[in-house]
Amino acid sequence: MTAPTITRTMVLWCPDWPVTAAIQAHRHSPDAAIALIDKGRVFACSASSRREGVARGLRVREAQSRHPDLIVEPYEAVLDTRAFEAVIDAIEEIMPGVQLLRPGMCALRTRGPSRYYGGEEPAAQALLDRLGTVEGLELGESRVGIADGPFTAEHAARSTAVLPGAGRILRVPPGESAAFLGPLGVGLLSSPALVTLLHRLGVRTLADFAALPVTDVLQRFGEDGARLHALASGHDSRAVLPRVPPQQLDSTIEFEPALDRVDQVTFGFRASADRFLEGLTAAGLVCTAIRIEVATEAGDTSERSWLHPRSFTASDVLDRVRWQLQGGGTIDSGLRSGITRVSVMPESVDAISNHEEGLWGTGPDERIHSGLSRVQSMLGHGGVLTATIGGGRTLADRQNLIAWGDRPQLDRPVEQPWPGQLPPLPPATVFSSPHPVCVVDASGAEVSVDERGALSGAPASFFRGSAVSSAGREVAGTRAAVTGAAVTGAAAVGTALGVAVRTEERDPGADGRGAQRDPGPVRSVKAADARPVGAVMAADAGPVRSVKAADAGPVRSVKAADARPVVAADAGPVVAPDGGPVRSVKAWAGPWPVNERWWDPEHSRRAYRFQIVDADGTAWLFVLDGGSWRAEARYD
Amino acid sequence: MGTSDTPGMSVRIANLEAMFDHRGVTSAAHSSISAPALDGLPAQDRVRTLQARIREMQSSTLDSRSIPTHPAIAQLLPGGALKQGAIYSVERSATLLMALLAGPSAAGSWCGIVGMPEFGVEAAARFGVDLDRLVLVPHPGDQWLNVTAAIADVMEVVVTRPPRRADDASISRLAARLRQRDATLIVLGTWPQSEAMLSLSESDWSGIGDGHGHLSARQVTVTVTSRVHARPRSARLWLPDREATFRQAEKRFEPRLAPADLAPPLREATG
Repeated sequence: MTAPTITRTMVLWCPDWPVTAAIQAHRHSPDAAIALIDKGRVFACSASSRREGVARGLRVREAQSRHPDLIVEPYEAVLDTRAFEAVIDAIEEIMPGVQLLRPGMCALRTRGPSRYYGGEEPAAQALLDRLGTVEGLELGESRVGIADGPFTAEHAARSTAVLPGAGRILRVPPGESAAFLGPLGVGLLSSPALVTLLHRLGVRTLADFAALPVTDVLQRFGEDGARLHALASGHDSRAVLPRVPPQQLDSTIEFEPALDRVDQVTFGFRASADRFLEGLTAAGLVCTAIRIEVATEAGDTSERSWLHPRSFTASDVLDRVRWQLQGGGTIDSGLRSGITRVSVMPESVDAISNHEEGLWGTGPDERIHSGLSRVQSMLGHGGVLTATIGGGRTLADRQNLIAWGDRPQLDRPVEQPWPGQLPPLPPATVFSSPHPVCVVDASGAEVSVDERGALSGAPASFFRGSAVSSAGREVAGTRAAVTGAAVTGAAAVGTALGVAVRTEERDPGADGRGAQRDPGPVRSVKAADARPVGAVMAADAGPVRSVKAADAGPVRSVKAADARPVVAADAGPVVAPDGGPVRSVKAWAGPWPVNERWWDPEHSRRAYRFQIVDADGTAWLFVLDGGSWRAEARYD
Repeated sequence: MGTSDTPGMSVRIANLEAMFDHRGVTSAAHSSISAPALDGLPAQDRVRTLQARIREMQSSTLDSRSIPTHPAIAQLLPGGALKQGAIYSVERSATLLMALLAGPSAAGSWCGIVGMPEFGVEAAARFGVDLDRLVLVPHPGDQWLNVTAAIADVMEVVVTRPPRRADDASISRLAARLRQRDATLIVLGTWPQSEAMLSLSESDWSGIGDGHGHLSARQVTVTVTSRVHARPRSARLWLPDREATFRQAEKRFEPRLAPADLAPPLREATG
């Protein structure tokens, strides 16, 4: 059996790395008491919060009760990796061949650095000195272990925190790994099942485990056990596999002095965009997603990623820069503050061979994409949308409109049951902003729903306008004036139910048409339920006085309370207070209560939905939300 | 005379032969082209009917390709289908619009909707419009004509709602571009020079009552007015029926209110 080659390894360990990364990302002070929460429990916490008794695995509430000033942030694994990239970059500036073990820990071969710096410990010191100069990250606590193989080196680095009198560097001399590891517990091995078993067998330390014969371990625990046995005996044969530093594909341009017009910036960026694409092409890549960062004079940066259904060209990149700068405005609009820096970095790339066009083009999709891109360059990125159907109860929740080229994001999964959604037939017209309407019952009072869900009266007619408009009140009181024309209109369109009609204050005869107005008290108009269309009755059971057509047409069929036929000829429309037509209700259904997210004061919503069919046969979806009626959609 | 591929063609050829057999063009035409239908009409109507007949024959012999259309509506349209490069206008009804879109979309065409922020996407999906091939430009603003033309360059069917009346020059430019690109334009609202105008009337909803039930199906009369047909053609259609499909109504639907005890109980939506 040949002895495995052992690589002398240096491991850098940054304790509490998730906390360090979060402090940098959220810009907290370095000694803030902070806890990162994953699945409702503390995942990592800072040293200052640990002093107050916060520990990993505590529930959030318990951690907060132990330390009332605790800053709680969600744990983001992506953040860890991203922040550690800066550390690796810094190390690579002085020592090559870094292997990332996990965010917060990396390994290097000591052979080169120790020769250059004249020893392993000076090399480790140089490493720590370099880390001290990394901007924005608090790396004063980072530690280095040097030993045979990454396993021993890692635990050497970790033990500097607990060994009394140890500095930030611990070097285990070659061949002494077994002696160093011996007193440590078997719990360090990364196999919980094996560790439990070893504990039961009375094997407590790594030295005990290493003392077992190799062949027995291999027979009893298999290859995996044998590997861990080798680790425990200090024979860590794993080599350090240095990462290949990623190619620099980003493209950045600085403007000095800062530019404050969108077209100036895009023109200035043109050459950089070309360079960006050349770099990608040279690397044999195409880019399907980019991230654009824009820094302004005022010190704020805006960044967003842009997707492309195929791959970016230089002019596409330029378009995205323009759209990001312009936001909602147009190309001529000025910027709030001058732009000092624009940088573009590829977010996802693909091999160029997968994106090569076929000999005869690649079909219709390419054509459609370029056509739509043209429209986007006219109207902005958000001007062209595609739609998907998501889950949810309201119509607005269910339709997700995404800008062409973006990835759909469904907040509400469509496969959930969503009890209380609308009946299966969806409305063909969904108003982008609901129209205020007023729904009145047969007596002219606005229909409302009490807290027990009971209706105040059956809907009889509705018109456009807000609930506070005077119509309902005018009917309830006795101020609504009725002209013959209006009554006729009511008869003509068959809307005789509870219609409130207001006339213009018109001087009889002044307009030369001989219009006569009711000089006496005002009648509200009311229909008897079972009467044929066209029957209009005076509410107060008085006779309808001098109801005449404005155009002096013959009066035909309005009935007053005493059942005398009245009414008139010309069919002017019935007019609601704000000038829209009053529509009578032919059929209706509801109220269907929606009581959503009552635990969340910001998004909670209690509303009642109604389907209403008007006399023309058009059906509407109405929502009564907080006492006001709105038309949300139309079935037309 | 070779074999003709359509029955209509053979009838027409037979008419021609009959004309020469009788050695009198007018009398032959009069006798063979549904003379009884013309007899009772006043002269003006008769001329109009004949002109329409001529146009119909001309248009059907033109090499105009049609795009797949829902059969319930196709029968009403001049030429029996939506034509490429033509303009149709639809009055008010978005459901009718979706019925027109469903056929081409199911056959793989891309559809673009310009200037309709209130287009009900969910209803479109339910009525058979493929959302993967649907693109919306809800707010084209002042550039709606340019946007419509740009979309028509790449898509087979374009729907637009003009915010205002366009001037005649741009209308004819757009029409020329549509013909060139073989795109079909459907306008919500009126449009000069449209091939046909589709409108809805007498809609009767079923399933909803007086405080109970819910909207489930609707019967409407769809009327198509076109330059080709002398008088409007109309048909009674389910738009939609209970399965959210479109089909011809067998008989006149009697609006009947759903009995209260049959109405499905709706639970309160909480969550």
